[in-house]
Amino acid sequence: MKRRDFLGGIGAAGLLGLMPGLAAAAAAAPYRRLLILVELKGGNDGLNTLVPYTDSNYYSLRPRIAIRGEEVLPLGEGLGFHPSLQPLLPLWQAKELALLQGVGYPGPNLSHFRSIEIWDTASNSDEYLQQGWLARSFLRQPPPAAYAADAVVVGSQDIGPFSGGGRVVALSNPEQFSRLARLAQEGGASGGAALAHIRRVESDIVAAAAKINTSGPAFAFQTGFPQSGFGASVRTACQVLGSGADLAVLRLSLSGFDTHQNQPGIHANLLRQLAEGLVALRSALVELKLWERTLVLSYAEFGRRPKENQSNGTDHGTSNVHFAMGGAVRGGFHGEPPNLARLDASGNPVFSVDYRRVYATVLERWWGMDSRSVLGAGFEPLAFVV
Amino acid sequence: MMRSIRFRNSFMKLLMRLLAGLLAAASLSVVAAPASPPMGVEDARHLLSRAGFGSRPGDLAAFSQLSRAAAIERLLADTPRAAVLPIPPELADYQPPAKLRELSDEERRDLQRRTGIALRVWWLDGMLAAESPAEQLRERMTLFWHNHFVSSVQKVKSARLMLDQNRLLRQHATGNFGELLHAVGKDPAMLVYLDSASSRRGSPNENFAREVMELFTLGEGNYSEQDVKQAARAFTGWSIEPATGAFRWRPMIHDDGEKTVLGVSGRLDGDAVLDILLAQPQTAEHLTRKLWREFVSPTPDERDVRRIAARFRGAGYDLRVALRELLGSRAFWAGENRQTLIKSPVDFVVGSFNSLGMEPPDAAALAGLLRQLGQDLFAPPNVKGWPGGESWINSSTLLTRKQMAERLLRREGREDLRQVMLDPAYQLK
Repeated sequence: MKRRDFLGGIGAAGLLGLMPGLAAAAAAAPYRRLLILVELKGGNDGLNTLVPYTDSNYYSLRPRIAIRGEEVLPLGEGLGFHPSLQPLLPLWQAKELALLQGVGYPGPNLSHFRSIEIWDTASNSDEYLQQGWLARSFLRQPPPAAYAADAVVVGSQDIGPFSGGGRVVALSNPEQFSRLARLAQEGGASGGAALAHIRRVESDIVAAAAKINTSGPAFAFQTGFPQSGFGASVRTACQVLGSGADLAVLRLSLSGFDTHQNQPGIHANLLRQLAEGLVALRSALVELKLWERTLVLSYAEFGRRPKENQSNGTDHGTSNVHFAMGGAVRGGFHGEPPNLARLDASGNPVFSVDYRRVYATVLERWWGMDSRSVLGAGFEPLAFVV
Repeated sequence: MMRSIRFRNSFMKLLMRLLAGLLAAASLSVVAAPASPPMGVEDARHLLSRAGFGSRPGDLAAFSQLSRAAAIERLLADTPRAAVLPIPPELADYQPPAKLRELSDEERRDLQRRTGIALRVWWLDGMLAAESPAEQLRERMTLFWHNHFVSSVQKVKSARLMLDQNRLLRQHATGNFGELLHAVGKDPAMLVYLDSASSRRGSPNENFAREVMELFTLGEGNYSEQDVKQAARAFTGWSIEPATGAFRWRPMIHDDGEKTVLGVSGRLDGDAVLDILLAQPQTAEHLTRKLWREFVSPTPDERDVRRIAARFRGAGYDLRVALRELLGSRAFWAGENRQTLIKSPVDFVVGSFNSLGMEPPDAAALAGLLRQLGQDLFAPPNVKGWPGGESWINSSTLLTRKQMAERLLRREGREDLRQVMLDPAYQLK
């Protein structure tokens, strides 16, 4: 796609940003702009996602699974995309895609379960918190009551960063959710604390089901959604938004990134699914006139070990590269690329950006809220939000 | 008129029965206390659903005829403590790390998956097969200890060691807490999970020393960082034999120098430190509070806790003393504490099959369901275990619970129970 065509496709939503009155309406205010989280479950291999193809260390650490220089899609600064990410190039060129490099935390934990818990709760690595970071945010400052829900989780049972607070619903497709939601019952006089909690969850389900309207005429998307599982999740998410439901956060997930063996084919396929899904997501958000007020952000428990293993794969790593995209995103590179000449005792790169700085960016820059009370300490926001 | 006559008749009958009872009691030996009244169905359901998983119709009928005190004694009576079920063939052998390393990644993952399923099925079958309420209490306490002395197969990476730990927890489930604590400290799965196995003189690993104080005995705020460091030295030497996975004492890597823990000095070893921890009143109180939240209500009454903890410690940590006190407490039976606990996924799943007298589907399916509901057996989220309570219920887990209830009702043709099982109160016990 030529850049001009691509910009042409932005249409009305692109123009909104140029009109001062409307742009101001989309400025930072608590939960007035949408956050879409994309969890890359299992730990995406950042080094084969954003490839340091001019770094000889990269090729000596990965004699078999490195992406060859001639295959890489150059983005500048000696870095380039895995070839499967081709569909994202127009976003990169339009400066709507930011690449956050070296995101991690001190004292990295290499267990999937523990490390994603750290990310979900925004804790230190030696600290156990029960509430998710967004749950804490929802409890401190609730999103507008008129919203269908504070957050909707699509295509996954675990509610990760929303655990322990707020109005959160999980669904894999809106029709099935509406059907299941009939099993929930609306309020009534509340009893003790336990019963009150259950009743609250039941009425959250009922309220969300009423607002995520699947009986009316569906929004007629021009966007073609990919056939993949992730494509289906993207379509579900867009149907929820297309039903007119307001939300603060949506979460999608793509599983299978725990590529210990035969990584090249598996990873290429996952990244293709991801890229095609994200492009469809952008296109549908443009149709819904939400692109200017949506921030799409990827996260994962960790990256992968720079040195390949004996099975044509990679083991658990630490810091990682993440995507941020949206009509109000400041595209380009942020953070520092991993220093492959200086690995830690587990053979992993040292992080350059604490992951809580990404969260602080969401809270402060995207939503115009205080981040210290949610994150427990001050973390400097990054500059990827305009 | 009719009604009043009948009333008078039944009143007379009751009076006669009371008199007869009194005469009978008087004619018995002096030790026999006057018979307490049967507790009835509501009390029996309360007791059984708290002490076990749900209540089977037959148990409910039998227990409703007992007095509260007699029912508690029935629950605490000696039950066979041997392995409930034979060890499945997949878990017959311990696979030493050296042997695992010889496998390809694919083979290793496949082995871990198969043994992991066999492990969960083994325990679930055990829970479902628990015949009497006393055996159910033993399973509940085994689960309680699994969530107290947390280990996870995700880190231990040996289903067989997890099975052995589970048998240890079951053996001491309603026995003696002190003995259990000493045994858990040397349990191979725990030695791996909290890194004791790799702790040695000169570079002691503090993981077990910290958690044994914070989570297993004293509770937060009742010890210092210095105590943790000193205790970590004392635990060095507790290790495992790689070839067999058995506990092994290695004096060569034990730090036998002078240490001070909670004001007690000497050339302390691990057992000595555990005895120091057991001597602290805070340990009994910490345990009592946790048992209270398991059996009585989410909010322990501090006066009761101190009283029960004192008896518990005074009885040398006999768990039956603590359980008798808790189950017999006024708070346990109080109306305001009924239906105040949220059913755990195990309560919900196993308890539903028990209460409805329904034949459960195969345990592998139930293990998957439990994972969806947030209680993947043998894999608690972290060393603090499942937080439980309200955290069991979110929109996803609640709808999954309701969906399971609906499918069950349809399969069994029990639409009459629909109201009950879909009511919010069904999630409570």
